[in-house]
Amino acid sequence: MRYVLRRAGFFLVTLWAAVTLNFFLPRMMPGNPAVAMMAKFRGRVSGQELAALETLFGANNRQSLPVQYVHYLGDIASGNWGTSLFYFPSPVSQVIRGAIFWTLGLVGVTTILAFALGTGVGIVAAWRRGGLLDSIAPPLLVITSAIPYFWVGMMFILIFGLKLQWLPWSGGADLTATPAWTLSYLGTVLQHALLPALALLITTIGTWTLTMRNNMVTTLAEDYVRMARAKGLRPSRIMFDYAARNAVLPNLTGFAMSLGFIVGGAILIEYVFNYPGVGYMLLQAVENEDYPLMQGLFLLITVAVLVAILLADIATAIFDPRTRSAQ
Amino acid sequence: MKDSFLRFGRAIARSRKATVGALLLAMFVVLALFPGLFARDSPTAEAYTRNLGPSSAHLFGTTGLGQDVFAQAVYGTGQVLEIAFGAGLASTLIAALIGVAAAYLGGFWDGVLNLFTDVVLVIPLFPLLIVIAAYVHSSGTGVLIAVLTFTGWSYTARQLRSQALSLRSRDFLAAARVRGERAAYIITVEILPTMSSLLVAAFLTNALYDVLFASSLQFIGLGDPDATSWGTMLYWAQSNEALQTGYYLQAIVPGACIALLGAAFALLNYAFDEIGNPALRPVRRRRTLSWPLGGRRVGRLEHA
Repeated sequence: MRYVLRRAGFFLVTLWAAVTLNFFLPRMMPGNPAVAMMAKFRGRVSGQELAALETLFGANNRQSLPVQYVHYLGDIASGNWGTSLFYFPSPVSQVIRGAIFWTLGLVGVTTILAFALGTGVGIVAAWRRGGLLDSIAPPLLVITSAIPYFWVGMMFILIFGLKLQWLPWSGGADLTATPAWTLSYLGTVLQHALLPALALLITTIGTWTLTMRNNMVTTLAEDYVRMARAKGLRPSRIMFDYAARNAVLPNLTGFAMSLGFIVGGAILIEYVFNYPGVGYMLLQAVENEDYPLMQGLFLLITVAVLVAILLADIATAIFDPRTRSAQ
Repeated sequence: MKDSFLRFGRAIARSRKATVGALLLAMFVVLALFPGLFARDSPTAEAYTRNLGPSSAHLFGTTGLGQDVFAQAVYGTGQVLEIAFGAGLASTLIAALIGVAAAYLGGFWDGVLNLFTDVVLVIPLFPLLIVIAAYVHSSGTGVLIAVLTFTGWSYTARQLRSQALSLRSRDFLAAARVRGERAAYIITVEILPTMSSLLVAAFLTNALYDVLFASSLQFIGLGDPDATSWGTMLYWAQSNEALQTGYYLQAIVPGACIALLGAAFALLNYAFDEIGNPALRPVRRRRTLSWPLGGRRVGRLEHA
C-alpha cells in the first residue's frame, strides 16, 4: 500500500512538472513566440477568447507571473485547455477528441502485436541458442532498430503504394466513403492502416525481441532451470513455465509503459502517411503555429504516459510480492 | 587511460559486430573531416539541371533545386556527427555527474536528484523536442545539441546511479574518504574511471538516439532549412514530393546514410553489451560432445 501511495505521489509530482514546463516554455523563449503568433490572429479571434489565450501564454502583462501561474494551473485542472487557433472557435479538447481514436486504433493494435511477436521470437531465439534464428535475428534487429522509422514508412510508400499499387498510403480512409459503422467503411479504414502499421511493426519489434532474448539467456542459466532439466520435464514446459515466465517480467513493465506511449509514439509515421491521428495533428499544429493545440496535445501525450506508468506500478505491486515487503 | 583504450581496441577487434560498426563509423568520420576529397561539387550551389537522374557526373542525381545529391550527402556527414558526438558526450557527462552524485551523496541529495531524474525520464521525449523546437524556430546545430542534451540524459543517469550504488561500500572509496578527499574529487577521479565501459556503452546509445532524433526534427522542418544535413535533405525531398514524382534517390540516399550511421552505433553498442555481460556472447557449438543427462547437445547449455 505504501508503495502504491509513493508511486501515486510520484505521478502527481511529474504531472505538476509537465504542466509547469508547459507554462514556462513559451515564456522562456526569447520574444515569446506565442505572443507574436497571437498578434497575427488579433482580427480573427474575438476579444474574450484572445484574453483567455493571453493568460494561457503570458501575453497578458497586467498580471504578475505567480498570478498567471495559479490561473494556468486552475485552467488546466478544470479541463479548459484553451481554444484552437487554426480550428477556431473549437476548444482544444474537442479538436483532440477527433484525432485520438485513429491513433489508439493504429498504434494500439500495432504495439500489442509488436510485443507479442517480438517476445515470441526472443523466446525461441534464446531457447535455440546458436541456431539459425538466433544467428540471424539479433544482428538484423540491431540494424533495423537504427533505421529511422519514418524513412521505413517512406520506402513502404514507394514500394507498396506507388510502385506495386497494392495499398493506399495516404489518410485514414477513402475520402469518398462516409464514416459509419459499415463493413465497407471499416474495410477502407483497415486498408489504410495496413502500411503504416507494418512500417511501425518492423521498426518496433526489434527491441522486444532483443531484450526478451537477453533476459531469457540469463534466466536459462539459473539453477532452477537446470533442476527442471534434471527432473526430465518436457522441453516446452521448461521453456515457457520455467524460463519465459520469469524472463518476461522486465518486458511486461516495458509493455505497460509502451501502452502509454501509444498516444504520442508514432508521430512521424502518422505524418508520413497523412494519418489523421494525434501525432499528425501535433505536427500540423506546429506548422500552423497553433500553440494552444500544440500544448494541449503535448499535455495529453504526457498524461497518457504517466497514467500508464501508474497502472504498471500498481500491477507490479499486485503481482510482485517483493515490492510489498521492500519499505 | 591508455590501458583502457587498448582494452577497447582488442574487444572491438575480437567481435565481428563491433568491427563492422567501427569501420562504418570510421568511414563517416573520414567523410566528415575531408568532404572535399570525395565530392567535387559544392553541396549548396544550385548549379545543375533540376531533378537529374543518376549518372557518372552526378552519382545520385540532383535535387529539385539543381544541387548535387552526392555532394550533399557527403557534406551532410559533418553536422550529424557533430550532433552525435556533441549531444552524445554532453548528455553522458551530465548523466554521469548526476547519477553518480546521487548514489555517492545518498540521503537527501539522492532523493532529490533521483526524483528529478525520474521526472525527466517519463516526460515523453520526442513530443517535448517538437514543442521546444517549434518555439525556437529553425534550430541550427548548437540549438539541436543543447535541446538533445537537455532532454536526453535521464536514462543513462539512472543506469549509472545503480552501478555507482554497488560501488559505494568498496574499500578504495572508504580509503579516499579517510584521506579527507572532497566529494567532487572522489566522484570524478575515483568512481567515474571504474565505469568506463558502461560510460562508453551509454555514449553509444545516446549518440544513436541523437542521430535519429535530430534527423527526425530536421525532417519535419524544425531544423535549419538552409543547412546541409541528411534530415534537411529528407525534408526537401518530402516537400518536393520526390517519391510521388519519381526522384527516389533524393529520399533514399539521406535515409540510407542515417540508417548506416545508426547501425554503426547500434552494432558497437551491442558488442559492448556482450563484453559487459559474458552470458550474451555468441556460443560456439561443439557438436561431438554430449551432455551426461539424456545426451542433449551441449551447445545449448554451455553458458547455462
